[in-house]
Amino acid sequence: MDYSDIQTIEHDVLVVGAGGAGIRAAIECASGGLSTGIISKSLLGKAHTVMAEGGIAASLGNIDSRDNWKIHFRDTMRGGKFLNQWRMAELHAKQAPDRVRELEEWGAVFDRTDKGLINQRNFGGHRYPRLAHVGDRTGLEIIRTLQDFCVHHGISTHMECTGLDIILDEGKVSGLLAYWRETGRFVLFKAKAIILATGGGGKAWKVTSNSWEYTGDGLGMAYRAGAELMDMEFTQFHPTGMVWPPSVKGILVTEGVRGDGGVLLNSEGERFMFNYIPEKFASETADTEEEASRWLDGDREARRPPELLTRDVVARAIKKEVEAGRGSPNGGAFLDIASRRPAEFIKKKLPSMYHQFKELAEIDITEEPMEVGPTLHYFMGGIRVNSDSQQTNVPGLFACGECAGGMHGANRLGGNSLSDLLVFGKLAGDGATDYINSLTGQLKCSNEEVGKIIKGATDMLNREEGKNPYLVHEKLQSIMQTFVSIVRTGEELEAGLDKLQELKADIKKVSAHASAQYNPGWNEALDLKNLIVTAEAVTRAALIRQESRGAHTRLDFAGEHEEGLEYNIVIKRTDSGMSAEKVKRENPPKELADIGFASLAELEGGEIGA
Amino acid sequence: MERKFNIWRGSAEKGEFKTYSIKLEQGMVVLDAIHRIQTEHSNDLAVRWNCKAGKCGSCSMEINGRPKLSCMTRMNEFAEDDIITIQPLKTFPIIKDLVTDVSWNYKQNKMIPPFKPRVKKNGKDHVMFQQDVERIQEFRKCIECYLCQDVCHVLRDQDKKEGFVGPRFMVRLASLEMHPLDRGDRIPKIKNEFGSGMCNITRCCTDVCPEHIQITDNGIIPLKERVVDRFYDPIMWIYNKLLGIDTQNRNKD
Repeated sequence: MDYSDIQTIEHDVLVVGAGGAGIRAAIECASGGLSTGIISKSLLGKAHTVMAEGGIAASLGNIDSRDNWKIHFRDTMRGGKFLNQWRMAELHAKQAPDRVRELEEWGAVFDRTDKGLINQRNFGGHRYPRLAHVGDRTGLEIIRTLQDFCVHHGISTHMECTGLDIILDEGKVSGLLAYWRETGRFVLFKAKAIILATGGGGKAWKVTSNSWEYTGDGLGMAYRAGAELMDMEFTQFHPTGMVWPPSVKGILVTEGVRGDGGVLLNSEGERFMFNYIPEKFASETADTEEEASRWLDGDREARRPPELLTRDVVARAIKKEVEAGRGSPNGGAFLDIASRRPAEFIKKKLPSMYHQFKELAEIDITEEPMEVGPTLHYFMGGIRVNSDSQQTNVPGLFACGECAGGMHGANRLGGNSLSDLLVFGKLAGDGATDYINSLTGQLKCSNEEVGKIIKGATDMLNREEGKNPYLVHEKLQSIMQTFVSIVRTGEELEAGLDKLQELKADIKKVSAHASAQYNPGWNEALDLKNLIVTAEAVTRAALIRQESRGAHTRLDFAGEHEEGLEYNIVIKRTDSGMSAEKVKRENPPKELADIGFASLAELEGGEIGA
Repeated sequence: MERKFNIWRGSAEKGEFKTYSIKLEQGMVVLDAIHRIQTEHSNDLAVRWNCKAGKCGSCSMEINGRPKLSCMTRMNEFAEDDIITIQPLKTFPIIKDLVTDVSWNYKQNKMIPPFKPRVKKNGKDHVMFQQDVERIQEFRKCIECYLCQDVCHVLRDQDKKEGFVGPRFMVRLASLEMHPLDRGDRIPKIKNEFGSGMCNITRCCTDVCPEHIQITDNGIIPLKERVVDRFYDPIMWIYNKLLGIDTQNRNKD
């Protein structure tokens, strides 16, 4: 068949995804003079960035002037259990403050300090108050600012347009085939470079804070195009998702609740986090309630409360309390801010949490504790990229934001994802611009490639009988929830992998009824192709990493093993299916290692890394 | 317990209400019910949604005649024998089922002259105080659900989309005009192009705002007052004429 009459749109660079990373990348490309397009599955301004609540981490030092990039870098590396790409963590810590100030220059209105500067709040794993914020709706502020800025920069935004697959010409990116949700028609984007900014794949789990869009599209497309995925075993379970009522299970409760003084209690009223302080963090964590209270009151000598340990630690602690029979009635823990802070303070600093619990659970958080439990929240792993250019091993293919791996290592600190979006969004834009400027010759999108993608996307529409895509998705979610959960064993992972293999047969047989025009059933059927790649990659990587590190916990391999720091797990497509193997890590540059392993006293005193 | 729903199905050309019946679980919201119907009865039922927590403003629709976010409308708000009627926003053209074409709103946003900041005084940080930003932080809570646009009489009943940008964008204009760092002047456009005079202050927009923004009182009325001060105050008119001040172009410094 001839596909030459298919709608074709040409750009120098096509950005896939319109969250914080995608829009920031597009702005960079457009200001470098490139013809730039963005496609997004939803309407502009609705991407998952909007759900980010607590804040954006940057060592502005507006509250505590002792803060600087080195301490932010050290916190990030410690949070990531030193498995982060050192260079990415360095770039992130150094550039985050400029990215935040730039947002203000573009119209963002952060909460202020009493000196009129950008206010910063405490968060888990961050030594100093570091998160610039707007109440608990920071993500909305960021996406709206970027959205309003980008519409005046000559960027073409193609809304409700979903990418299907990347097209290569002799190994180089030459385009992407997508479809319009509204009409179900296909559109070919010809582009010299593609920047993937599609987020994670949380929708592979049943209990997740992620929306329907989070189906690992970028991971699937990159994988099929020959790019590598890395660190996929590290999936972050946020400790505090709603647990009741059942219909909202998993929806995020911001870490800001704990940053602003909220405490976790078990059914016996015990502040149990004091029992779960890891040795590595003991010297920097309060060991009495009295000290924790002093810290909250601003005593600079006091150490941080244990509720602000990193997310992996807190999530596992809640799980253990529940297993020991000390959980809340609906299988979580109590998160209490009502008895810690006045009602007015709570409504001012956490308005959307107040709203969310009032309207969805009929609970007034200024009077009663919340019930919370772990929810799949974030992918530390993702597409493997060059730390400076954000380019993958496929020429012309770039990735940034949550869909890229490496920055956060084995566990991400809260607040580091919004800054990640902006820092690496910009760098990906720079990387793509440099690549395009050095490109010579014409690129083609072959008719044959286009045809293959269209056939793969329309098969299910022509099937009379077949599986219900929603039910197949539910089955996938229950496999991941059961076998690839917050704590894992080799046996379970093997079983999960077998189930996923069986599920592949179901996915091949899904059918979507009715026409392709705005048909969520068909859209769901297409998303399954990426979800299964994502789920399999996580499971395979989790099976290979035989230790417990950060967000990856193996009951059959307790604790961190020294050897675990020597490799990352890299996934790629081979003729015989998905391969997962250990790839040796390079030694860190000495100056970064010195900072990463320094004591706080050395860094604050300027003895190291000056 | 089985519950009945009448859901509008169809395209811009033709459509009808269809009845579905599903079992409810504890704590369900209307969007959960729609998803259940999608899974069990009609895979292709079109609906927009994203965050399911009242933060993104995607799932706006009219539920028993009221414009609402379906993710924040709990099923226990309704009487047990109530049949729930769900239809798309009336003010915008239907694409399919519960999904409407809201692209007109994006066009309005693009017409608004962008933020134009003053130069940083110390070269590094802008200084603004909390009490000075609080008023626009209220406007910036807007999640662009367009429920206010849906109920606005000027847009909904009179269909004067060419003359008025609607409450959502009046609020956005207010957030720019009252931004402590902004040096732009949008008052002439607010009067001439964006149609501040069209609003007759019925406050229907404020009533439906899920973020409880005081759209009319804190946003639209102050903008109307600025327009009046600039163009219709006789004393100011004489003052401007005498001093040769141009009312159409003015920078705030």
